[in-house]
Amino acid sequence: MSNLLLTPEVRFAEIIKEHKNIDGSEFSILNLGPTHPATHGIFQNILLMDGERIVDGEGTVGYIHRAFEKIAENRPFYQITTLTDRMNYCSSPINNMGWWLTVEKVLGVEVPKRAQYMRVIVMELARIADHIICNSVLAVDTGALTGFLYVFQFREKIYEIYEEICGARLTTNMGRIGGFERDWSDEVWKKIETFMADFPAVWTEFENLLTRNRIFMDRTINVGAIDAEKAMSYGFTGPNLRACGVDYDIRVAQPYSSYEDFEFDIPVGESGDTYDRFCVRNAEVRESMKIIRQAIDKLPEGSYTADVPEYHLPPKEDVYNTMEGLIYHFKIVMGEIPVPVTEVYLPVEGGNGELGFYLVTDGSRTPYRLHFRRPCFIYYQAFNDMVKGEMLSDAIVTLSSLNVIAGELDA
Amino acid sequence: MALSSEEIQQKIAAKFPDSTSEFMQIHDILTLTVDAGSIVEIIRFLKEDPTLRFNFLTDICGVHFPDNSDDKKFSVVYHMHNWLDNVRIRVKVFLTDTPVIDSMTSLFMSANWMERETYDFYGIDFKGHPQLKRILNMDSMVSFPMRKEFPMEDGGRTDKDDRFFGRTTDNI
Amino acid sequence: MSDSKIKQVEAPEGYAGEGFFATKLSDVVGMARSNSMWPLPFATSCCGIEFMATMASHYDLARFGSERMSFSPRQADMLLVMGTIAKKMAPILRQVYEQMAEPKWVIAVGACASSGGIFDTYSVLQGIDKVIPVDVYVPGCPPRPEQILDGILRLQDIVKTESVRRRSSPEYQQLLASYNIE
Repeated sequence: MSNLLLTPEVRFAEIIKEHKNIDGSEFSILNLGPTHPATHGIFQNILLMDGERIVDGEGTVGYIHRAFEKIAENRPFYQITTLTDRMNYCSSPINNMGWWLTVEKVLGVEVPKRAQYMRVIVMELARIADHIICNSVLAVDTGALTGFLYVFQFREKIYEIYEEICGARLTTNMGRIGGFERDWSDEVWKKIETFMADFPAVWTEFENLLTRNRIFMDRTINVGAIDAEKAMSYGFTGPNLRACGVDYDIRVAQPYSSYEDFEFDIPVGESGDTYDRFCVRNAEVRESMKIIRQAIDKLPEGSYTADVPEYHLPPKEDVYNTMEGLIYHFKIVMGEIPVPVTEVYLPVEGGNGELGFYLVTDGSRTPYRLHFRRPCFIYYQAFNDMVKGEMLSDAIVTLSSLNVIAGELDA
Repeated sequence: MALSSEEIQQKIAAKFPDSTSEFMQIHDILTLTVDAGSIVEIIRFLKEDPTLRFNFLTDICGVHFPDNSDDKKFSVVYHMHNWLDNVRIRVKVFLTDTPVIDSMTSLFMSANWMERETYDFYGIDFKGHPQLKRILNMDSMVSFPMRKEFPMEDGGRTDKDDRFFGRTTDNI
Repeated sequence: MSDSKIKQVEAPEGYAGEGFFATKLSDVVGMARSNSMWPLPFATSCCGIEFMATMASHYDLARFGSERMSFSPRQADMLLVMGTIAKKMAPILRQVYEQMAEPKWVIAVGACASSGGIFDTYSVLQGIDKVIPVDVYVPGCPPRPEQILDGILRLQDIVKTESVRRRSSPEYQQLLASYNIE
């Protein structure tokens, strides 16, 4: 019938010419263009509308394609965190730690327990930050601005914690092969304790604003629902899949970085609609806080990094004062480090689902092929299917609740 | 009882002795190489067999090996995951210089965009794909940017003087 | 009132008298324009999140006059381009800029908008000044909210001292012609 290789405008124009409604009205084309206040990120959706109802749609992505996989083939391992930062930029430490775990798997580096627990704390803080943005912006799209302004203050507190750890607020470039680049000062622990003391009450207030709010419930229940079979076929993972009732979480299925030491639940929804996605993310924030609490309480003694001088840049005092430090520094920067020829796939639980790193090495200091399995890219395919037959305003709310981050979509 | 790699290897090799080869355990994922002609049957077998039950397609990606022999220039790598027994598997297919392979969209709906991305980057033709056109790059682009011979930087840029970066027009 | 910590805008130079205040028209127009710039947030990537932090209550942008984020180009004064602009996106950026009504200003926020940033690749536009004229560049990856505020304040200085006849001057017409904008 319609040739799917044509651009959507042309294809829909042909459908409009052929189809006529009973009352004489026609379909129309709406361009939910790349720059739109409600699409958080730039992706275009051309929708075929029957009045206010969506008949069909086609998305165009790639408006922020920055060729990460091509750049990664030209950068040594320690420079790739600048790229992984900018994929899901709302929770960049998770991407960074995922990358370091991949490299450590290739090189066979064993990370000390203390550094693993510190990584868990940072990753869970990042997950909280990601869910703060997603849920508060979902509220903004339904008209509730207060939640956004109120909860963003605590995102600033998380930024302050990141700043104490690594110096940057958003694109953190955190961690090194084997652990962290420097030990965490007392200020970091104080700030984390203050955050853990203040945040639960604030999150309860945010939930009270919206979870049993009649207007919010009317706008989000049974909107953008997807059933579990279809979601699995479309490659959903993460909170979007857990809202459909499937409790698949990589932190439990394939624990990395000592997640098996912590006790936490996996919140699941029932119907996979927007309200369930909202509630699952709310509950996940609470589970993350539980994990951080356990990690701080059970933090073992040890070093903040593994003792791998051939991969971890030595401190400057050693470089300038000892022979070994100088040699290791030279070898690491010039790329004379031993790298096995192998391929590795490592998934981590990102803010949006299974973030996978497929790394093929060829013995040199740059990857031969690095592919990011980006959850946003994979589940965004389902969007047009999910909103067929819905009203336009419901489609906007569905899009918000999917938490599509343009950096991860296009990479 | 968990599904072990030997079991998986035995089942697959028994059912498809001619089209599968090179079973390797690389780190913790069993990897096998498959002929391009029988890829759909093998993936369907992995998905629907009651013992193997690989119900989730994790990833599809392509790799370019310009230094390999002519029949192994391109490779398409499928990662699958069995959620019930928590086992992963990696299926690799090697293709020639004009790569053509059957599409997986009839089995998994997530393969749609993943194959479009692989086509966009490498030019691998997926037969039977409902909408094989570019997804991330501009529609008007003619070359396939992830191939090793394609340069990373834009050739027409005017603001960077390559002489200061150790490059001239001769040694791009 | 007088011991409040809020710093208010000073009145322009002029001659005050009983019930009247005489000053230059361009000063008054400049003061009014610069303190009520309505931004069009063209947020594409990470810098957009730092802009959300700038807009939020901690680094409040609204106290400098940018109270209403206009998402319609026709009602906006300044175009804040935040994030990487890929070559696929450049025509759309151009269209949005052309739709804005005069007077309009452009701030390039972040390294990617200023010069392509760390992405020196085939698909990224190496700086938005290849397609539209830019007034202020804010470097950083991403710039801190204080830097974004600094950029907006510098733009306010430019606007305050801009002549009211600038938009019809031949230099401005030449600038637009060099970008092929009518």
